[in-house]
Amino acid sequence: MRKFFMAAAMVAFASSTIISAERAFAADGPTLTAVKKRGELICGVHQGRYGFAIADKKGKWKGLDVDVCKAVAAAVLGDGNKVKYIPLGSVQRFPALQSGQVDMLSRTTTITLTRDSALGLNFGPPTFYTGTGFMVRKKLGITKVDQLGGAAICVFPGSTTEKNIAALFKSKGMKMTPVVIENSKELVSAYMAGRCDVLAMDQAGLPGHQQYDAKTPSDHIILDGVYSKEPLAVGVRADDDQWFDITKWVVHALFNAEEWGITQANVDKMKASKDPNVTRLLGATGNLGKKIGLGKSWAYDAIKAVGNYGEVYDRNWGPPLNLARGVNKLWTEGGLMYGFPMK
Amino acid sequence: MAEQAHPPKTNRSILHSIAFRNIAYQLLLAAALIFLGWYLYYNINENLDRQNIATGWSFLNEPAGFDISESIIPFDSSQTFARIFAAGVLNTLHVAFVGIFLATLLGVTMGIARVSRNWLVSRLASAYVEICRNVPVVLHVIFWSSIIRLLPHPRQALEPFNGAFISNRGLMLPFPVDNALYPWLAFALILGIGGALIFARWARYRREHTGQYISVFWPSTSIIFGLPLVVWALGGAPLAWDYPELKGFNYQGGISLSPEYIALLIGITVYTGAFIAEIVRSGIESIHRGQIEASRALGLRHSFIMRYITIPQALRVIVPPTASQYLSLTKNSSLGVLIGYPDLVNIGNTSLNQTGQAVEAIAIMMLVYLSISLTISIFMNFYNKLVAIRER
Repeated sequence: MRKFFMAAAMVAFASSTIISAERAFAADGPTLTAVKKRGELICGVHQGRYGFAIADKKGKWKGLDVDVCKAVAAAVLGDGNKVKYIPLGSVQRFPALQSGQVDMLSRTTTITLTRDSALGLNFGPPTFYTGTGFMVRKKLGITKVDQLGGAAICVFPGSTTEKNIAALFKSKGMKMTPVVIENSKELVSAYMAGRCDVLAMDQAGLPGHQQYDAKTPSDHIILDGVYSKEPLAVGVRADDDQWFDITKWVVHALFNAEEWGITQANVDKMKASKDPNVTRLLGATGNLGKKIGLGKSWAYDAIKAVGNYGEVYDRNWGPPLNLARGVNKLWTEGGLMYGFPMK
Repeated sequence: MAEQAHPPKTNRSILHSIAFRNIAYQLLLAAALIFLGWYLYYNINENLDRQNIATGWSFLNEPAGFDISESIIPFDSSQTFARIFAAGVLNTLHVAFVGIFLATLLGVTMGIARVSRNWLVSRLASAYVEICRNVPVVLHVIFWSSIIRLLPHPRQALEPFNGAFISNRGLMLPFPVDNALYPWLAFALILGIGGALIFARWARYRREHTGQYISVFWPSTSIIFGLPLVVWALGGAPLAWDYPELKGFNYQGGISLSPEYIALLIGITVYTGAFIAEIVRSGIESIHRGQIEASRALGLRHSFIMRYITIPQALRVIVPPTASQYLSLTKNSSLGVLIGYPDLVNIGNTSLNQTGQAVEAIAIMMLVYLSISLTISIFMNFYNKLVAIRER
């Protein structure tokens, strides 16, 4: 009898801890509630940067940042197309997020200490690593940054690039004239028309402008080397921890999917995998989704919608841009993309 | 029942006193406004706190960390946000004041041309007004900016005269090399202007008392320009020019006007000039025909009628609406943000984004525009009093 009571007490205790663990997000946070009620995720993206976010002729958005929005929408709402894209300038992006105009910012945004703290934001794991790069006209005969003294440089206002080049040129004792225009099209056309000698931005942004915006792409060259650290990540408001967890783990799910060989095509088959990591991620066993306030199939839906991180990368940076993955490879292949344990 | 014969006592209550009510209503209104202001302030602070967004003004003393393309005061990326804001304000004032001057010149010329008896001149002026007035000012600015971008590269720059270069990097002009004599020239110029003003006063006094008309134009011109010229000649006539030279990417030396400055200046000047032209025309046309006919009958010259009969009366109609055009020109200079002119809004936006302190940055911008606008208003009201009809 006494044993029975002991056992009963232990079961009760264990189940109560399970219940309380599962109840961590029993009440949905404000952002998740709003997104579910709306039936649509509102995602802030770049106004037009090839590979990250660009609207095609039919107004359909494409790009790595866009795919991250789709993955989150799929995980939350079960449908990757339930996203409303709000194109934002570099200056408008933070107020738009802070004021609640957008649910998340997937807009080539560099994580910095100031942005993480003073802006009241939280940043997920970087979805792309890049750094400041420079594009110049080939006929100037310039091969390295040290030859850029006195140049007029087109750069986005309020970007980390703007501060990087100020610091870089100061450290090299060179002068330069920044030309800052917020509108992406205007800025690139200012460079193409010859108003600036140099176009400076995250290096990953340059091949797209070279391919699509230059009259003759071979007239321009992208200088070797990156001149800053730009880990780009999803930003959310700091006052909603649950929503932060959701965006963070959706990104980790995409990294892990690549590592464990789950693709858009084989995701259904992989549900029957023998690897417990895979079945747990896809919701075939256990219920990871519930812990972050989502359904069982959250990661399955995200992968079904956009594929794993490698697929997302190849879709957006394959031909014609052909940007080598470099540090954006998985950690197992010598890169920096490292999915956290899904347990 | 006897009490009822007396007027009801409440009528004398303080609540029925008009003076008391007036004061009470005003106090209530003031209290409501103060409460509203406090509520907004409290609400903003509360919300910023809740979202963990930094507040306060200490960021103004931190290094800005970014550069600007042009500035009247020297600026370097290691200097503070306060200084870069000051640079932005000066850039705004620079383009606004030059814009006001040029728009007035253009507007008055076009306004007079519109009422000209020369058919071609008046039609051309009408075409200018109708075209420029009916296109949004944003398009003016972007239009000029794209026109300038079509100009040749610095290496193939146009050279209208020796030492001046026009390219898509702007306008480069030679500039006199600094000389110890130049401050004295400025002093001589001020002295000359003062002398011309005294002469004009004297001529007016004489005309009003004796009826003798003394032409002011040539004597004052020669005083204003002659005096500095004499000083310059006595000082050994120094004349060394700093010519712009193509070095590396762009021209160095001389003075340069950036393409953004030129595009913004032309855009807002041409747009506002059209409105001022209409105001000037309406001012001139408000003068009764009879007055001009009467003046002609007295045998007055055309220029004399314009100068002493038409303009002084027209100014009363012209000045108040022109003041509001000046205000809108100043505010329109914020469109520089579209084409990359580093005005206050451009710098404010960038600072806002670098520090994340939106409320403070926008408050600074609003306060600066408010102060500039109020200063222009005060000045224009003062000028309006000068030209207004004096009631006797």
